[in-house]
Amino acid sequence: MARFTRREKNRPVPRLAPRIAVLMAMIVAVLVTAALRLYYLQVIKHHELAELADRNRIRIQRLPALRGLVFDRHLRPLVDTRPSFDAVIVPEDSPNLSATIERLEKLLGQNNVAKKIEDADDEGRPDFEPVMVAERLDWSQVVALETHQLELPGVSLQVTPRRHYLYDSLAAHLLGYVGEVTVKDLNRLPDYRMGDDIGKFGLERSWESTLRGDSGGQEIEVDAIGRRLRLLREIPERPGNSVVMTIDLDLQRVAEEAIGARAGALVAIDPNTGYILAMASHPAFDPNIFAGGISSSAWRELITDPGHPLENRSIQGIYPPGSTFKVVDTIAGLMDRTLTPATSYYCPGGLWFGNREYRCWRKQGHGDVALHRAIVESCDVYFYDVGQRLGVDRIAAWSHALGLGKKTGIDLDNEKTGTIPSSAWKEHRFHERWYPAETLSVAIGQGYVAVTPIQLAELAAEVANGGTLYKPQFVRQIDALDGSVVKTFPPIAENQTRIDPQVLDDVRSAMADVVNASDGTGHAAKIDGIIVAGKTGTAQVVKEAQGARTKETALPDKYRDHGWFIAFAPVDHPQIAIACIIEHSGHGGSSAGPVVKAVMQKYFELNPPQRGPQAPATGQAGEAQPVDPLAD
Amino acid sequence: MAAIDRRIIYHFDWTLFSLALALCGVGILSVVSATWGGRHHGLDPLVVRQLVWVGVGTVLMTAAALIDYRALGTYAYAFYVLAVGMLIAVAVIGHSTGGSRRWINLGILNLEPSEVAKIAVVLVMVRYLREEPPKGGWSLLHMIIPAMLLAVPAALVLKQPDLGTALILMLITGTLVFVGGLNWRMLMVLMLGAVLVAPVGWHYLKPYQRERLVSFLNPQSDPLGSGYHIIQSEIAIGSGGGWGKGFLKGTQARLNFLPEQTTDFIFAVFAEEFGFFGSVMLLGLYAALIARGAWIARHARDRFGSLLAIGFTGIVFWQVAINIGMATGMLPVVGITLPLVSYGGSSLIAMMTAMGVLISINTRRYLF
Repeated sequence: MARFTRREKNRPVPRLAPRIAVLMAMIVAVLVTAALRLYYLQVIKHHELAELADRNRIRIQRLPALRGLVFDRHLRPLVDTRPSFDAVIVPEDSPNLSATIERLEKLLGQNNVAKKIEDADDEGRPDFEPVMVAERLDWSQVVALETHQLELPGVSLQVTPRRHYLYDSLAAHLLGYVGEVTVKDLNRLPDYRMGDDIGKFGLERSWESTLRGDSGGQEIEVDAIGRRLRLLREIPERPGNSVVMTIDLDLQRVAEEAIGARAGALVAIDPNTGYILAMASHPAFDPNIFAGGISSSAWRELITDPGHPLENRSIQGIYPPGSTFKVVDTIAGLMDRTLTPATSYYCPGGLWFGNREYRCWRKQGHGDVALHRAIVESCDVYFYDVGQRLGVDRIAAWSHALGLGKKTGIDLDNEKTGTIPSSAWKEHRFHERWYPAETLSVAIGQGYVAVTPIQLAELAAEVANGGTLYKPQFVRQIDALDGSVVKTFPPIAENQTRIDPQVLDDVRSAMADVVNASDGTGHAAKIDGIIVAGKTGTAQVVKEAQGARTKETALPDKYRDHGWFIAFAPVDHPQIAIACIIEHSGHGGSSAGPVVKAVMQKYFELNPPQRGPQAPATGQAGEAQPVDPLAD
Repeated sequence: MAAIDRRIIYHFDWTLFSLALALCGVGILSVVSATWGGRHHGLDPLVVRQLVWVGVGTVLMTAAALIDYRALGTYAYAFYVLAVGMLIAVAVIGHSTGGSRRWINLGILNLEPSEVAKIAVVLVMVRYLREEPPKGGWSLLHMIIPAMLLAVPAALVLKQPDLGTALILMLITGTLVFVGGLNWRMLMVLMLGAVLVAPVGWHYLKPYQRERLVSFLNPQSDPLGSGYHIIQSEIAIGSGGGWGKGFLKGTQARLNFLPEQTTDFIFAVFAEEFGFFGSVMLLGLYAALIARGAWIARHARDRFGSLLAIGFTGIVFWQVAINIGMATGMLPVVGITLPLVSYGGSSLIAMMTAMGVLISINTRRYLF
């Protein structure tokens, strides 16, 4: 210590000035550091931090657009959007939360309110963010909450628009339904947000972009505890446009009533435009149950229902066309000159081919038949012969030309193609050559042949209009919310098959006699005062030995054949063409015939037949290039 | 006192006076911003009170400038005892807010004795250090008394708890001891000692103080808890950008995202609205004030005056450094006001009086 002190004694007394200088140097260094830090935050990191500041204060709230309405052809509403009431609670606004919850649970008759708030908090609900406690309140619940409002601080009713189908299951497959957008949809649709509705099926799906409109948004400034202070910016929503359909509400209703409880489908088309007048499929479903979320048990019930209520049989049901296919044989045979109206054949009730007998539906046979009577009485043996004359590939070419075995291109998802067999098709499909005996089945619309009801409706329409294949359309116009027309959809002729007027006359007169002659198979569709032209058909369900036809009525329901009826009317200037199938009903004339008759009757009650200038188009009419089906 | 020497008027340090008032002006602007759009429409009562304090402070600053600072040496110990007494009083009858007892309610003013303690510690240290140091500088033995003089108020302040003021007391004592002539070797020993004592100090910190330190080192560790203050303050400052969002247009402050926005985080309020430009101007004002203080210390007539100037300038510097360091996320959050700018009567009046003393020191170098 002594040495230490002595050495210190030799040192000078510290003076203030140099120490102040050292202090100042340090101070300058610190202040410069502070300035550099400020430069870093305010200049270099400015954008990032400014964005964070905005994110702090701005909440974005979307304003979903009102979905467009759907009308029938006479502007009668079919689908609209109605307010639905949900109960929400802002727990922070309730001074005595547990008492409020208790009261609310009592009024709503449910006991999960506390749990819902807890769950929302667990998911990181920000303060003052409302919690949904009950959806789709019924009227008595709404009234109960309204009248007890003072006892329920923090609870309010939230109005949400919900899709409403006015006639429940009417045209359900055509209209479709909406549901909440899925996570998968969200990835591909940037404009959608969780909780949005999206068309899932039918028109709702295929016309989604028209109906949806553009959602708007609000930027709301909030403070640190989440109170909403003011509206910063608002982009108003643009409501969706309305869709005016081509279907007629009354006709649709009659069609569905006529099908009744049976499984089946009906498509009615305006043959001069391709506009669909009615499209029914049964069993159906009620699209209202999807609005606002379907319960999983209801969904399971729908998809496991053996009647497949979600299937639109009009475009997804594929059935052998049965004897309705004889119309194609006739057109093909006459146009190919392998057949004339005078060609006759003897029907003894069956035809031996190879080493087995192919039966006619009429056991005792038709005797000597020419073309006209063969169609009217639907003689199978006659058309076995026509089939042999034509060969399967001619039949296939004409079928394709007339739009069979091809998608019609209707704006609905999952339309089925069906099958029109040919030798090439069989080679490709089974790596096997075509056996001439198989042509016999094809000629009467059995075997591999399978079509959808809409394809047969198109066939009837082509016979009616002279060979023009219109794209089937069910939307004729798009209107804005104020009623102004946004867009109209003129008919689209997709194909024009050249059919000689004489051939058309022969086919039409035979079809008219199917319904109107006393021995016609389609007598059940006859209407007083209007000549309906039609053709019956029976689609075999069970492949049975042709010789062993049992009495239909003796079979259990699920093995019974499907009944077809295709028709158009009036025969001289057609306004409506229809195809109808009733599953497991046996003969088409007696099952589908009355359904078609009911629809025809309703149609002509609403639209009395016009006489005069509107003669059916033939041959060269239409804009599409005539296509010779034999060119390939 | 009756007759004021005309030379006092003539040599009055208008530079320092103006700098102090300019900073008070910045303070009022910032308090207006920080309270704008709150419960009260227009001017918040806080602004009115701050205006009153600036008025009172200006009077006291002028009065202090006119008084001969050498008298402060005579009353240093008495003042120190008074301050310690107030700190004891606050511990007993103090008024507590937010878990700490810091104020004595005097009716018109909630007196904060820790602000008085800062002045008292400066006075008593300068009083002790005004003697010429021995050759080689003050040694360990000489430091026993200052250490004790520091320990009593520092312990009382820590007890409140007010880590920030305790830190300022230590830093200002250190500054004075250093400038006053501490042995270099001692300085090294003290600094080494501080490093070694740090872990022990950690042990004595309250949980929330530790949390602040941890969240300072990693603000994202608890973004809604302690880290929240640092993050929100950085967002406020950074979102101001180069030129700021404009007066009364800062969203972070107006919408209450900033904590303690009239006091500890007032710098963030200012920086958000006036940007990098404004912040650097404010730093410049402080730099000018500090430079003026150092100049006064350099040119004071006596050692007592020099050290006194260093003491008060030192308070300003350390508070500015720690407050801005905290607001910009360079230092952990400790409750320290931005001198002359933060809202608060006690700190404003203490600081303005101290500035008055600096003026007095500068003025009187011509008088004797």
